[in-house]
Amino acid sequence: MDWILLTELAINGALTGLLYSLVAIGLVLIYKASSVPNLAQGGLTMLGAYVVLALASDAGMPLWLAIPLAAVIMFGLGFGIERVALRRLAGRPVVMILMMTLGIDIFLRGTTLAIWGGTSSSMNLGISYEPLLMGDIFISRIHLVGAGVALSLFAAFMLFFRTRTGIKLRAIADDYMASWSVGISVERGVGLSWALASLVAVGAGVIWGEIQGVNQSLSMLLLKGLTVAVLGGLDSILGAVIAGVIIGIIENVGAEFLDQLVGGGSRELIVATVLILTVMIRPHGLFGRHDIERV
Amino acid sequence: MFYRLSGVHYDSFASDSRIFKVPADRNLAVFFLLFGLAAPFIIPSLYLNSYMLPWLLWTAAALGLNLVTGWAGQLHLGYAAVMAVGAYSAVHAVRFGVPWEFALLIGGLASSVIGIMFAFAALRVKGLYLALTTLAMQFVMDWVLNHSPTISGGSHASLQSPTFALLGQEITSNAGYYYVGFGWCVLVTIFMLNLKRTGLGRSLVAVREKDFAAAILGVNSFYYKILAFATSSFIAGVSGALLVATFFFLATPEQFSVNVSIQVLAMVIVGGLSSIIGSYFGVALILLAPGLVNSLVVAASDGLGMQVGNETLAHIPYAIYGALIVIILLIEPLGLGKLYGNVRDYLMVWPFDQLRK
Repeated sequence: MDWILLTELAINGALTGLLYSLVAIGLVLIYKASSVPNLAQGGLTMLGAYVVLALASDAGMPLWLAIPLAAVIMFGLGFGIERVALRRLAGRPVVMILMMTLGIDIFLRGTTLAIWGGTSSSMNLGISYEPLLMGDIFISRIHLVGAGVALSLFAAFMLFFRTRTGIKLRAIADDYMASWSVGISVERGVGLSWALASLVAVGAGVIWGEIQGVNQSLSMLLLKGLTVAVLGGLDSILGAVIAGVIIGIIENVGAEFLDQLVGGGSRELIVATVLILTVMIRPHGLFGRHDIERV
Repeated sequence: MFYRLSGVHYDSFASDSRIFKVPADRNLAVFFLLFGLAAPFIIPSLYLNSYMLPWLLWTAAALGLNLVTGWAGQLHLGYAAVMAVGAYSAVHAVRFGVPWEFALLIGGLASSVIGIMFAFAALRVKGLYLALTTLAMQFVMDWVLNHSPTISGGSHASLQSPTFALLGQEITSNAGYYYVGFGWCVLVTIFMLNLKRTGLGRSLVAVREKDFAAAILGVNSFYYKILAFATSSFIAGVSGALLVATFFFLATPEQFSVNVSIQVLAMVIVGGLSSIIGSYFGVALILLAPGLVNSLVVAASDGLGMQVGNETLAHIPYAIYGALIVIILLIEPLGLGKLYGNVRDYLMVWPFDQLRK
């Protein structure tokens, strides 16, 4: 057993996993506030990356200006999606809400590609591709930066949920009707959660766009984000971060051994298996709230 | 006025359990049946085989998904994987020397076996989590197809379908392919129309509305969930096999990828859950509308002298397909079948309902 290789795989896996949490946090924010499974997060992530790129290379803005501007645009878009599409479906069966978010995802992907084309372009954040050497272990710089972004977003959300607005969101997540009756605007809260998820999508889009290029494959992050969110518990942000690390390590270490057996491409299989096992064994995830159904 | 009825009333149980409660509905169904039979003589063969045939085959598939999602209320995001099982087992069986009639049966039964595996997820969880599990199972199935050359057929991952034949007759003409698809779609439609009149259909609806309550009333929800998945998977398997045999002529893993699962679910939901006519509308809209709108865009941009890039044109149908799902769900969450029902109910009592207000 090559321990150095294993440590390297585990560390890089954990960093990649934190990047998956970036996508998962978007899902969790919305599920927390409105119990809506946001399957459009993949499309939002892709759109976020393309908006940043459009501002940076087409409009010629520097990146430090393009990213906040894209965040503002996506923030508004998130509010818009909730207002136009989701609010009218409130209280409908989950199958329709699921289809609505899938429809939004397809629409966002199609529109993005129709406007900016499908050819892959690079984000050019200016982070060197030279790996960082720690002892005998190689660590990718961009993954380190991304993990930092994920952790700081997590910290920011922890602080945010202690502010007045954050407490309102928590109240909405806890009990829809009760928050309504004490005068909290539930609609605005849910809209805000969509806006925040779109904001997170910009972060995820920029980091993942740098890693694998700004193209269609960004929307495929949905499966991994979904798995991380379910494993962590769909309504726990802390769960999303921890589950991200766990899945990242399982995926990276597992793929190393499984790829030799099956000839490559086993990452998707590992992630899908983790998703199935999580739902079968512990549907509410590691840190999620276990809802008991009334008969 | 148009329907010559003053509403739907029953005076006996027999009239309550008729398939078509409104005579005009029956007449319409007969008209479309005759039209379908005559279609090869009316419609040019290009349209017949590139629009009518896929429409009918996908409708049969969508009706199968409607059985499990609309009637039994179980979310299913892995339907294309089940179709793939049927398609691949049927084609492999024929290549092995089994006649097509039995190969279709083998495909359907193989799909049922895999479909029951999906059902075991439904026994543990429901709603959103069931959707996620079936989605993950679809990914596993995609992976298996893409990584096992013995199933998907060598390095190019495409499997040539042998010539379709029924009762010893090789079918190679366009009209022949069309009639095969038409016959299968009619069979599935008749089955679904009769479903709500049977104990099976009523039990499925009971499980959908509340499985605990159904269990208390003595409906074995465990058994009916498995039965719903097995039946719908059988329909999926045969539809998948027929799609490959008469329309694609070639089985590739992309034909049954996760996007196709989402597309079939979109057809069912846009059409309307547990609505049969809705499934026909839903498939027509999702399958045909994006292409039509795209050719309109091409015509408009040519007419206005604008230059629309190839890349844009290639992705517009996809965007339209997403927009259609969103728009239909906003207008009527119960789908096109419900819209049709609204119009019909309005016209049924037409001038006289004004008097009530």
